Order: sequence, then C-alpha cells, then structure tokens
Amino acid sequence: MQNTATIKNPAVKLSRSGYNAKELEALHRRMGLAALRRRRIKKGILIGLNLVMALFILFPLLYAVSVSLMPGNELFTMEMNLLPKNPDFSNYLRAWTQVPLLRFILNSFLVAGSITFGQIITCSLAAFAFSFLNFRGKNLLFMLVMATMMVPGEATIISNYLTVSRFGLLDTYIVLILPSLTSAMGIFLFRQFYMSFPMSLYESAKLDGCSNLRFIVSILLPLTKSAIGAMSVYTFINAWNMYMWPLLVTGSEEMRTVQIGISMLDNTDAQSITLMMAGVVSVIVPSMIIFIVGQKQLIRGMFSGAVKG
Amino acid sequence: MKQLAEKLRGVSPYVYLIPCFAIFGMFLFYPFIKTIYMSFFLTDRLGQPKIFVGGENYADLLTSSSFRNSILVTLIFVLIVVFGSMLLGLVTAVLCSRTFPGIRAFSTSYALPMAIASSGAAMIFKVILNPTIGLFNKITGLDINWISDPKYALVCVALLTAWLNSGINFLYFSAGLGNIDESIYERASVDGANSVQKFFRLTLPGLSPIMFYTLVVNIIQAFQSFGQVKILTQGGPGESTNLIVYSIYRDAFFNYKFGSAAAQSVILFLIIMALTLVMFKVEKKGVKY
Repeated sequence: MQNTATIKNPAVKLSRSGYNAKELEALHRRMGLAALRRRRIKKGILIGLNLVMALFILFPLLYAVSVSLMPGNELFTMEMNLLPKNPDFSNYLRAWTQVPLLRFILNSFLVAGSITFGQIITCSLAAFAFSFLNFRGKNLLFMLVMATMMVPGEATIISNYLTVSRFGLLDTYIVLILPSLTSAMGIFLFRQFYMSFPMSLYESAKLDGCSNLRFIVSILLPLTKSAIGAMSVYTFINAWNMYMWPLLVTGSEEMRTVQIGISMLDNTDAQSITLMMAGVVSVIVPSMIIFIVGQKQLIRGMFSGAVKG
Repeated sequence: MKQLAEKLRGVSPYVYLIPCFAIFGMFLFYPFIKTIYMSFFLTDRLGQPKIFVGGENYADLLTSSSFRNSILVTLIFVLIVVFGSMLLGLVTAVLCSRTFPGIRAFSTSYALPMAIASSGAAMIFKVILNPTIGLFNKITGLDINWISDPKYALVCVALLTAWLNSGINFLYFSAGLGNIDESIYERASVDGANSVQKFFRLTLPGLSPIMFYTLVVNIIQAFQSFGQVKILTQGGPGESTNLIVYSIYRDAFFNYKFGSAAAQSVILFLIIMALTLVMFKVEKKGVKY
C-alpha cells in the first residue's frame, strides 16, 4: 500500500508537467525497481538487526551448551574459547550419575504436572461460578481473588512454612503441590473467556436438563481449549522453575525438584563448572521444549482473552 | 423436600468456589494475616509467637542501617530490572513487528528467556562472569571480579534479571503492536513522517495501554527476585545485593528472627501495594487512549 502510494503520486504530478506515455512508463518501471531495491535493503537491514539481537538474547544459553560440551581442561585457559575444540558428552554422563538428575526431573514433572492439572480444575470451576451464576457477594469475592495478585509470595512464605511443618508435611510431594493448586491469574483468564460466551448458551443447556458440572465438562472446557493451552504452558513452566518454596520444604535428595537439584552441582570446586553447565542445560531443555511447542497456544490464549476484556 | 432443593440451589454457586478458596484461604489469606500478627511478636526458634512487642520489630527495622540499605538496594535493583527488561522487550518486539523470512524463529528466541529458571540462569552467569575463565572478562579485556565487587554485583544481578524478564515483555509488546492500526502508519508516511517520528509519535502512544499493564507486572515481579541472588551473591559482597526478599529469607531461616522477617514481609507488601495504587491513580489521570 505504502509503496504504491509513494510511486503513484510523483507520477501523477510529472504527467501534468509534460512527459509522454513512453517516458512515463520507463520512469514508472525505474521507480518501481528502486522501490523494490529499497524494500529489499530495508528487509536485509531488518534481518541483520534481528540476527544480532537474537544472538545477544540467546548468547547465555548458547554459551552454556558450548561449555557443557567442553572437556574440563578446555575451559581453563586464558585464551578465548567460545566453542569446544573436542566436544564430547562426558559432562552429561557425569552430571547424570553424580546427582540423581533423572529423579529430579521426574519429581519436577510430577509436581509441575499436578499443579497444572489442579489449577485447570479449580480455576475453571471458580471462573464458571463467577461468569454464569448469580450469588450474593459475587463481586466482593471476585475482587478478593484479584487482590491476591498483589500479595507477594514472600509475604506468606514464612507462615506457610510454619503451617506445613506443623502438619508434618515437609519433604513430601503434597507440600510441593498443594499451595499452588489455584491461581488468580488462571481464574481471571478463564473468566475473560467465559464472559465472551452468550448467557443463552448456558440457559439453553440448562433447559435441556444439562447439569452445571456437565455444562462445564462437555461444553465449556472444549470451547476454551486455547485458554487451557495457554494456562497449561504458563503454569507448567512457572512450576518447573519454582525455587524458593521447594528450597524451603524439601530436605532429602529424593524429593528435590530440578532447580534445587542442579544447585547441588554448583560447587566451589572449579573443575565442576562444565559439569554444572551440563546439569543446567539438561534441566532447561524440558521447559524449553514445552515452551516452544506451546508458544502459539500461549500467545493466542493469553492475548485473545486480554483483548476482549 | 422442595425447600431443601431450593436451599441447595442457593448454596450451589459457592460449591464451585470451594476448591479455589480453600487453597487461597489456607495458603494465602490465613498466612498473610498470620504474618501480620507475627510481625508484632518476638518468636522462638520454631516460629511460635512468644512475647508481644507491639511495633518494636518495625521500629527496629526502620532504624537499622542494614534494612534501610536493603530497601535502597531493592529500589535500585527494581529500577534497573524494570527499565532493562522493558527496553529489551520493546526493542525485540519492534524488530519483529513487520514480517520477514524467519520471523517465527526470531520471535521464539526473544520470548525464550521466560522459559528459563532464575537458578539455571544464575548458574550460567556465574560462569560467564567468572574472573579468571569467564567469557565476559575475556571479551572486554577487563580484569574485574564482577560478583565479588560491591560496585558491580548489584548491577550484574539486575541485568541478569532484566534478561530473564524480557521474554514475557516481548510477548506483551508484540500483542500491543499488533493492536495498533496499520493505516495510521501509512497516513504518516504519506505526510512524510520518518521512522523515528513514527516510533515516538505513533508506536509509543499506541502501546500505552499495554505499557502500563506491563510496567505494573514488571515492578511486582522484580521485587520478588530471589533465586538469582541466592545462587550468585547470597546478598553479598557486604550487603550490596541484600534485596528485601533475600533479607527476609536470611532473617527467618538462618537467624530464626521470624518476627522481624514477618515485619519485613509486611513492609514489602505495603511498598508493592502503594506502588500499584499510585500507578493506577496516575494511569487514570494521565494516560489517555
């Protein structure tokens, strides 16, 4: 659009100032080529800038991968050593045997998976009530939910720690999962989506004798797949990356989640740096895969809801 | 029978709220109130409130140079993190606002930091900033012990956090840019506006709705950074990176001063709440769109 506009305008002006048709056509073509070249150069610059930026953003990750493939002695030179000269996987082998990395990863999958699943259930039930049902105190309760977003986790973490230790729940899966089983953001996101459905959808389902629960399971959930997808990716990654809570409530090695587990590789012993990077990369890869696979869902779900609201 | 059914129908909406409010109640409302309560007490090593001291915990904190340092350090940290991560998010989003071949790979890279844990990132930066073998010193030719020097440690942790938080900002700003009507750019081009003018006159104002939301989220998030401090600096050297959150952690779980830690949590909450409210006020008054 933009380009044709700029090409046409001078052409019109010039034809008034006495060009014949042939000259005009030649000029037209020349301008067209020039515009095309300009556009190509612009695109080239854009791609160039993007390459530089992407390299900058990804640099820490790429470097971590590179170090994780270096044999221990290669890292310890004063020379520039961006890439391993003799890359091998021995660091990974050692990292996976030195600490029970597989166990940590399974723990984290279990914990993050349960949290994600639980949040979808509790949040969709609450969002259903907030958007389709009428009851006293509805607005107040919803405000209360929203207000929880402002409370930093640290303001409650000490009391929570004392509570769960009194219940003897320390060092269990339950204590890792339970406090995160609901979230204000999830309720908000689902509610945004549910509000976009007409009330008549609910009313006609009711008339057909559909119970509330069946309405949620067989109508609402299938219709809000994209919101659920977005929520799942976001929640899973956040749960996978949890640090402070697992650090406090897990004591034994078998209960450690990945983020705490890899800190065990973080040793002052300099020889273990390559080992540590192998551990870090092993732990980043799962969350990265989930992010890359779910990215489209995440963006569509998060922002189509937000825009409607 | 009929009455009972009627009553049940009146109750039923609340049934759907039970799961979420049970969790909120147990792990958010209750502990929040208990934290406030505890902040008025001296506690024993198990965290049981023992002696009521009124506002003494608060008074002690506000007069302690260590805590005032924590607040100052936290504010500087938040400033750097928020500015850095929003700038990174904005630049990357603008770079991806027009389509070009390979745009999907690039936008995935820009959003990727949001998938990375603070602990993992901190361990990577520990290697990059290492004084002898670290790449940063090798590239710049400097010989600085970045994380053991009180002058640089805070900035390093803040920049690492800015990088971590930039991913989600990229997504926010991309969504914001997508909402700007393309035709205003065309009209501006016809009127002879250059790219710089277009950016400051059209793009930035067009982003202001999402900009505000992003700012609030970023500030709240920055205040809560913990893992990177724990792994990189442990609050040191000196107390140069002793952010409030880290100070809470240290007082509660190393010094067993649960009462003081609770008071710090309350102050942290008050700071965040005040900032959020002020921003909402400013937004209502100032930003027009």
